[in-house]
Amino acid sequence: MEVLDRASEFDADPSIASGRHEGTLLGTLFFEPSTRTKMSFTAAIKRLGGDVVDMGSVESSSVTKGESLADTVRVVEGYADALVVRHPSEGSARMASEFVDVPLINAGDGAGQHPTQTLLDLYTIRENAGLEDLTIGIMGDLKYGRTVHSLAYALTKFGAQQHFVSPESLKLPRNVRYDLHEAGADIREHTELADVLPSLDVLYVTRIQAERFPEESEYREVAGEYQIDAETLEVAKDHCRVLHPLPRVDEIAYDVDDTDHARYFEQAHNGVPVRMALLDLVLGGGA
Amino acid sequence: MPDEREMRVSKIESGTVIDHIPGGQALNVLAILGIHGETGEVVSVGMNVPSDRLGRKDVVKVEGRELSQGEVDVLSLIAPAATINIIRDFDVVDKHRVSRPTEIFGVFECPNHNCISTEDEPVESHFEVLDDGVRCVYCDTIIREDLTAHILV
Repeated sequence: MEVLDRASEFDADPSIASGRHEGTLLGTLFFEPSTRTKMSFTAAIKRLGGDVVDMGSVESSSVTKGESLADTVRVVEGYADALVVRHPSEGSARMASEFVDVPLINAGDGAGQHPTQTLLDLYTIRENAGLEDLTIGIMGDLKYGRTVHSLAYALTKFGAQQHFVSPESLKLPRNVRYDLHEAGADIREHTELADVLPSLDVLYVTRIQAERFPEESEYREVAGEYQIDAETLEVAKDHCRVLHPLPRVDEIAYDVDDTDHARYFEQAHNGVPVRMALLDLVLGGGA
Repeated sequence: MPDEREMRVSKIESGTVIDHIPGGQALNVLAILGIHGETGEVVSVGMNVPSDRLGRKDVVKVEGRELSQGEVDVLSLIAPAATINIIRDFDVVDKHRVSRPTEIFGVFECPNHNCISTEDEPVESHFEVLDDGVRCVYCDTIIREDLTAHILV
């Protein structure tokens, strides 16, 4: 909540962030493509008065010479005051953090977690629907979708009623279900959005990726059932907000953009104040 | 010439006897302990020995090496009833049970092939012990069934 409150302050009055971390360098190491996460971290540190030292693409780095992640972060630690790491392997950020003394932020680890996305998701939900007594539907690729895993953990802390909607083959992974049960989460699993859509305050949509299916025809058949358009949302509550971590392909039709339900671009914009708040806290921004 | 029964229970001069291992698990016990032919210890293995308590049990005797509690506790995951006897000059000088550890390093391989611990990084595998399995601390993958299939070789 401290991050969200700080983000609200920065959002309301960006001038309070100016020069707050003058001279601070953020090391960004993205071993996978990124638009929103990388650019918003860059914007965030610059708005705080700092700057970025970026590893660049994997192809242009020593990773192509076989350098391990552990060695890479130990080297870059010497160039920066905090690190942001995205890597295709699950557990990569956790492992990398064991090798450095500076703060290291997980910007996505394979199909594992994406905690900073969750912070901006929570922020957007709080701004639009509130985090109390929330009924949320989370739809799409729940198995490999890292944003979903982090979000489900976080929403559990707020006692949200969580409806997970996906094809059977892309249900939540066992370890996530185990944790949610252990934490006493209120979760239900569905294969049809229609079963729950009218009850939702928030519908969080994620992309189903073709490469998760052995046959493209199978993907097309399944993916089609988890796409929404303005007509789909006619049975939703007026105040139901639609979120998506983006990028979308065709799971949310463009006609939804013009409805009052759509909040995914606002959600993406929130990446900057939320990451500013997170960096401010890990860099010792104080109260 | 000793008879077969005498050979099974023959004493060792010094080292560790691991008793009350479930029948058929002796080789897995050795694998977990990292004891194999190339490590040099003299090892005796009794498999499916009649036992009042377990029906059939395995016994492992490792000569010249006293295994610490920390080394043997990991056995609790596949042999919860195992007893550890430390032998010196043919006498049992210490006898204790295995207890369930909270963490396990370098014993199991994470079954998630996309886990960073399975890649060429300078880290040991690291699992947290749950009530009914173990969980990789890096990628959170849980192993509940057939733990022995995931022992690092």
